[in-house]
Amino acid sequence: MKKIHYENIVEQVAEICKKSNYNLGEDVYSAFKLALQTEQSEIGKEVISQLIENADIAKAEQVPMCQDTGTAVFIVEVGQDCHIVGGSLVDAINEGVKKGYGEGYLRNSIIYNPLNRKNTGDNTPAIVHIDLVEGDSITIHMTAKGGGAENMSDLKMLKPSDGIEGVKKYILSIVKEAGPNACPPLVVGVGIGGNFERCAYLAKKSLFRPLGVRHEDPVVAELEEELMSEINRLGIGPQGMGGSTTALDVKVEVESCHIAALPVAVNLNCHASRHQTITLT
Amino acid sequence: MQKKINLPLQEADLIALKAGDRVLLSGVVYTARDAAHKRMIEQEKEGIPFPIDLSNQVIYYVGPTPAKPGMVIGSAGPTTSGRMDLYTPRLLEAGLKGMIGKGYRSEEVKQAMIKHKAVYFGAVGGAAALIARSIKSSEVIAYEDLGTEAIRKLTIVNFPVFVLNDAHGGDVYQEGVAKYKS
Repeated sequence: MKKIHYENIVEQVAEICKKSNYNLGEDVYSAFKLALQTEQSEIGKEVISQLIENADIAKAEQVPMCQDTGTAVFIVEVGQDCHIVGGSLVDAINEGVKKGYGEGYLRNSIIYNPLNRKNTGDNTPAIVHIDLVEGDSITIHMTAKGGGAENMSDLKMLKPSDGIEGVKKYILSIVKEAGPNACPPLVVGVGIGGNFERCAYLAKKSLFRPLGVRHEDPVVAELEEELMSEINRLGIGPQGMGGSTTALDVKVEVESCHIAALPVAVNLNCHASRHQTITLT
Repeated sequence: MQKKINLPLQEADLIALKAGDRVLLSGVVYTARDAAHKRMIEQEKEGIPFPIDLSNQVIYYVGPTPAKPGMVIGSAGPTTSGRMDLYTPRLLEAGLKGMIGKGYRSEEVKQAMIKHKAVYFGAVGGAAALIARSIKSSEVIAYEDLGTEAIRKLTIVNFPVFVLNDAHGGDVYQEGVAKYKS
């Protein structure tokens, strides 16, 4: 059985925490460059220029692109034929977050308890979702998820009779309500189906897919395109000051659900769409 | 058109600002976000005065990242202002003339801004590494125990902002979106 060591996980997680916060992904950077060409508003263009310059500075100086260095969220695919030695997987991830956020001069934004609001001081605990899969390797997907956009996210249990039109109307209403608060241009993550908690997870998971990559199901891919075009007609624009670039991309994940249900979740992401993936073998 | 304004805000400068203006700010601003606002207001109710004199001052809603060695401050972009709305009318009444943040303000805040003649500036959310370059000094002056949420005195030079809400009721969010909705 393949052995994967605790210390290895700690080191690699620490690295991707820093990397995700310093280096804006090529997918988002390219989307900025494209938006600079297509954006109709002058203020909107100025905003996008600042975001491009900001990404360049963050990368060159290895500093966080945004002061909100986020909640560290992980989706981990654990091969059922591998063996983790030296400690638990979740402990290793938290240790890695503590190390990465500390060494990387990243902001600690996590509190012990939402009611007493005292900072834990090391940005742990991380949010860790584990999927058991075939194989003997571990793939770790990480995102540093900002609080502003997360705060404007929403979930609704629609009625089956609301249909696809109801789903679209609801998603548009959430983006509209979020306006400038979620730091547009956005990446809009949508989960449809599952149940109450699964639907929220699907929306989050969709945000891990790189910008520009459509869903493999052509029907879902078409829905993503339609939503993208309708969201960009809302007029919200970069930072909500008006313009034609409200979403850089829209991601949809769909899953089976109960005959009585039509759950829809909208997880908004700001333009600092920070995701990293590593595979440990 | 880009205006240059020195802080503290002078009434003539403030009155001339219109929603949508691009402005470069230079001078002193104070940082405060959720926890600092809550403490200022709660302590005032207990008879403890605000830790800073707010007359004609500007508050920047920010919780910076820790500074790397040799740097003045870490990355320092704006946070969502609406979370401070509950506390803001009292600060405006106490003389606060400007705020830097991002996102919608409540009707109560917008009305208080007109009443007390104040302006709400927006910095680009997420442009935190770029913005940090216009911050020349940073000193914690109150609530050190709040860490990133402590009150800092920042000296800024040519700090880039947009006027989001002016002192006359102008609102770039409403005006901008109406223009580009299709």
